[in-house]
Amino acid sequence: MTKEFKRQDGRKPDEIREISAKVGIIPNADGSAMFQSGKTIAIAAVYGPKEHHPRNQRNPARGTLRCTYNMMSFSVTDRIRPGPNRRSTEISKIIEWALEPVVMLDKYPGLVVDVHIHMTQADAGTRCAGINAAAMALAHAGIPMKDLVSSIAAGKLDKTIVLDLDKYEDSEFEEGEGSTDIPITFTGDGKLTHIQVDGHITTEQLKQAIKMAREASKKIYEVQKKALKDSLGGGK
Amino acid sequence: MTDRQIIIPGEKIVDSGDFLPGEGTEKRTDGIYALRFGLAETSGKLIKVIPLSGVYSPRRGNVVIGKVEEINFNGWRININASETAFLSLMEVPRYVNKDGLDEVMDIGDMVIAKVWGINKRGIDLSIKSRGLGRIDEGIIMEINPHKVPRVIGKEGSMIRLIKENTGCSITVGQNGLIWITGNKVEDELFAKKAILHVAQKCFVSGLTEEMEKWFKEEKGK
Amino acid sequence: MKTPNITKQRIEKYLEQGKRFDGRKLDEFRELVIETGVSKNAEGSARVKLGKTDVIVGVKMDVSKPYADSQDKGTMMVNVELLPLSSPRFENGPPKFPAIELARVIDRGIRECKFIDFEKLCIKKGEKVWTVFIDIYSINDDGNLLDAAGIGAVAALKDAKIPKYDEENEQVLFGELTDKSLPVKKEFPISITFHKVGENIIVDPTREEEDVSEARVTIGSSKGIISSMQKGDLKALDIEEFNKILDMLEKTWNDIFKKINRNKILESL
Repeated sequence: MTKEFKRQDGRKPDEIREISAKVGIIPNADGSAMFQSGKTIAIAAVYGPKEHHPRNQRNPARGTLRCTYNMMSFSVTDRIRPGPNRRSTEISKIIEWALEPVVMLDKYPGLVVDVHIHMTQADAGTRCAGINAAAMALAHAGIPMKDLVSSIAAGKLDKTIVLDLDKYEDSEFEEGEGSTDIPITFTGDGKLTHIQVDGHITTEQLKQAIKMAREASKKIYEVQKKALKDSLGGGK
Repeated sequence: MTDRQIIIPGEKIVDSGDFLPGEGTEKRTDGIYALRFGLAETSGKLIKVIPLSGVYSPRRGNVVIGKVEEINFNGWRININASETAFLSLMEVPRYVNKDGLDEVMDIGDMVIAKVWGINKRGIDLSIKSRGLGRIDEGIIMEINPHKVPRVIGKEGSMIRLIKENTGCSITVGQNGLIWITGNKVEDELFAKKAILHVAQKCFVSGLTEEMEKWFKEEKGK
Repeated sequence: MKTPNITKQRIEKYLEQGKRFDGRKLDEFRELVIETGVSKNAEGSARVKLGKTDVIVGVKMDVSKPYADSQDKGTMMVNVELLPLSSPRFENGPPKFPAIELARVIDRGIRECKFIDFEKLCIKKGEKVWTVFIDIYSINDDGNLLDAAGIGAVAALKDAKIPKYDEENEQVLFGELTDKSLPVKKEFPISITFHKVGENIIVDPTREEEDVSEARVTIGSSKGIISSMQKGDLKALDIEEFNKILDMLEKTWNDIFKKINRNKILESL
């Protein structure tokens, strides 16, 4: 590993951006939370379990987790048209998969739990921030869960394994081998519920990246845990 | 004695030892873990999590307050703030009702106190055959999280009694978190509502009855 | 849960005594908190909280062709998303009537009083002008989203800076802003919605009060000059009632103006 690698914002390779979280931000929701990582801000609200409409989509054996992820039109420098698109549709599903393993949906046959996630400001790492907010909102909504999940992107800039790419590193960094983005989601006890790779990386490097991300996920977990505990007494 | 701590899903509450996992918890190899967000309570050897948030899950025998959403040929569809709407059948009304006159008994938007008598695959069934059940004609309706109902009622009804005495209102607390308040003046009803919201907000503190006695003194001094 | 019949009766009865459940006067707004610059990639943004009602507004700009009938004027687009995140009553899917109406009422409130100086948004007559996108999202609906959104739109426009434009390559340099503010007028429009509940007229209803309102009139005005209006909902108003609304306008406008200024955001206006 090149020791002298410098990141544009001065972070060390294994340094994540400043993070903060708040639970109970939307009084109407059954559960809600905000997660901020650097300049990326996600808000999430949970409604349910409730009747599943349209009825032909209901699963009589277990509950359904239905996530919708969207960026606000002004959250990025180039305005996006409001409403869903192909990217947000895929990420919504990715988020469902990242959360499903810990949510005990067998308690709610035929019902649906809605998770709405919106990015009010985006600077890369939006799906990770969205997942972190959603996990807190689900817990806040009193949904039975085996564990929380915490999400963070590992990455590679040229030859250096790093954590938590920002927008510049993710889409403009082009030196040497360029930029690789590896968003990963872990359960509190360290199981993987989601991983994606965008770029190029060797198997050995990927193992190292996962190890680094796992350490960072523990920090995120602590912030989520504290936000949940601090919220008691407020909210609905 | 009981001991309470705020707990999140997946958090270890105690190393297992002799403890038994109660509601909202599960035993894993090295301890008892929470499956819900709330307060972990140890009483004797039993550990459970008391949730303070989440949607109402009905139980047989619960007295609930609901709103008429729809009238069918044989009964009323009632919203009780559960995951599914409930049904009050014509057969569960303590008098004869003409099939054309369902809306005269209860119209859309009317509130009703009812008992959950059945929960099955088809849904939740309600009855208003016992005493004290039926349509609500006057007063205000408020909402709190159903998991905070036990605190609003208090030990052997001590909290709700305190609120009734201090406001002069008649109060019915539905297990689903809907509350019906009637008093001589609207001011009294709103005062009772404010007191209940205060209890709901402070529901995690111990010595809540003393806290509320103090609160009433301060509020009345204003 | 939609407000039940008995609560409607109580609200109406209490209004007869000149009182509201939350202790406000009939013509009084809830606590107003405005925060600008809440979304860093927007040209301008604002978060408005009116009691528990919460909206976020962002302004983005782009270059496009002017309309044929106003070749030297910039254009504006207002869009409202009533997010299912903000209320169990909203659903996913294409905008439904309430979102469309909200956007159109806010659009007219800004356009008709000429708050934005569209002529200054012309880059090249007949070919290139700035388009101003105002996107409004609900975060929590506890009644009166309309007035909150209107205040948010004005605050976000006031907060907005024009992006850099590369004239040589004829493209907007997104993400790079000039220090030039969007050209807006000193006087800003405020939309106030009056609701008829029972026999009384109120402003800034909570969810509970809005549920039992039977008619509403939204008036966009600035310092006594009305520039937009819309009556909505099913009940008719008699002329006396309507005149009463007009008589309430000035005082209510001044009150909300003060509340806006207390937030210091629009102080320089």
